[in-house]
Amino acid sequence: MSPTDEAPVLKVRGLTKSFGSNAVLRGIDLDVPKGKVVALIGPSGSGKTTVLRCLNGLEMPDGGTVALGGNGTGELRLDFGGKVSRKEIFALRDRSAMVFQHYNLFPHMTVLQNVTEGPIKVQKRPRTQAVEEAERLLARVGLLEKKDAYPFELSGGQQQRVGIVRALALRPQLLLFDEPTSALDPELVGDVLGVIKELAEEGWTMVIVTHELGFARQMADEVIFMDDGVVVERGPASEVLRQPQQERTQQFLQRLLHDF
Amino acid sequence: MSVNWDLVWSSLGPLIGGAIKGTIPLTLASFVLGLILALIVALMRLSRNVILAAVGRFYVSVIRGTPLLVQLFVIFYGLPTIGIKLDPWPSAIIAFSLNVGGYAAEVIRAAILSVPKGQWEAAHTIGMSRGQALLRIILPQAARVSVPPLSNTFISLVKDTSLASLILVTELFRQAQQVAAFSQEFMALYLEAAAVYWVICLVLSSAQSQLEKRLDRYVAH
Ligand SMILES: Nc1ncnc2c1ncn2[C@@H]1O[C@H](COP(=O)(O)OP(=O)(O)O)[C@@H](O)[C@H]1O
Ligand SMILES: [Mg+2]
Repeated sequence: MSPTDEAPVLKVRGLTKSFGSNAVLRGIDLDVPKGKVVALIGPSGSGKTTVLRCLNGLEMPDGGTVALGGNGTGELRLDFGGKVSRKEIFALRDRSAMVFQHYNLFPHMTVLQNVTEGPIKVQKRPRTQAVEEAERLLARVGLLEKKDAYPFELSGGQQQRVGIVRALALRPQLLLFDEPTSALDPELVGDVLGVIKELAEEGWTMVIVTHELGFARQMADEVIFMDDGVVVERGPASEVLRQPQQERTQQFLQRLLHDF
Repeated sequence: MSVNWDLVWSSLGPLIGGAIKGTIPLTLASFVLGLILALIVALMRLSRNVILAAVGRFYVSVIRGTPLLVQLFVIFYGLPTIGIKLDPWPSAIIAFSLNVGGYAAEVIRAAILSVPKGQWEAAHTIGMSRGQALLRIILPQAARVSVPPLSNTFISLVKDTSLASLILVTELFRQAQQVAAFSQEFMALYLEAAAVYWVICLVLSSAQSQLEKRLDRYVAH
């Protein structure tokens, strides 16, 4: 592997965030090399969603730095210790895209409009080109024949696949998934995980918050266990999930296995 | 009591004429202007600017806390004393627009707040600014939620425009008053006027339920 491949697309240092007196993130470091998949696990309330939201400019961190780079476009570096402008937040959003737990599709738009809204209205790409690309992406996840359907006509699994395509159509450098399958009926989980697996094989750079340990073991290059706003343990999936070193990690995994 | 059916029949023309030339245009103009005002006031009330929000809240409070008839009289009979003299029609349109603006602002504000937070976030994740998100994602959904309550506002307005007869706007009810005064057939004429209002409202109610059926499914639940 060449050194440039290993250079991190995402580099986060000392990310902090409080809501009032509640310190939710207490200094998070995160490196995601290009084309790699990082799985974020941890108990509910540990701050996983907040990490993703900070990386997508949906939440303004109190401190720390976020650097996103690669693809020859130059590095975007935001220092939240100082003042961060609206323009910088928009640049961050432009480079990362989020797939939500509850899909959050636009209910008043067709599947195709959901996917092309960002490319056409925000990124100002030519309509025909954006539609072509959207149709190609929808075909890939097996939903081309649903392009004129409205979200309410789709199953949860189909909606989430549209959610993924909507994110891909923005051509982000970084894909963020927040428990993409936890709102789905069990029989629909496989389809969505299958799509994410294909994306990993294609070389998309991803951070995935998930409770699907089997999936994390298979997919993730690195697993990060968070608790109470800090990273407790990190390492290759096989190590963190099979032989966790920290007691808190062990307890969490035990409880998770127990619940299923 | 015997009903003078000839009179009822012959006065139907003037009454419907009053509806077409008075009640309906007055309602439509006031409603459209009122909605524009309501949207502005709703956005003021939701804005982070405390002054804008306070002005919006004050306006809504005054409109909802005072009788429509008093608002109408302040504009038509009150303003001339400070040198602002308006004709009946503009007075009526201003009064009804201001009134609709106050009530509909609350409807629109509630509708905007009812759109799930996730919709704002999804709009932001595809790169939209607050303004873009509002226009393309939030307002279209809020509009659908607003249809039932705004239809009610609209139907109330049709009936409320009868108050304009008191500032000499020739609309449905004033036509009925004039024929009644001339013929002394008060019961027949006022019941006839009631019937015409009722028919208009029945038509509007059925249009409302058609519209609601068509829009309901596109709303995020
Ligand atoms: N907008 C918010 N306002 C106040 N507290 C919040 C907000 N978002 C998250 N929190 C709090 O931050 C903590 C971490 O939440 P979250 O990042 O959603 O955790 P996780 O995704 O790991 O379950 C929780 O205690 C939650 O209550
Ligand atoms: Mg979460």
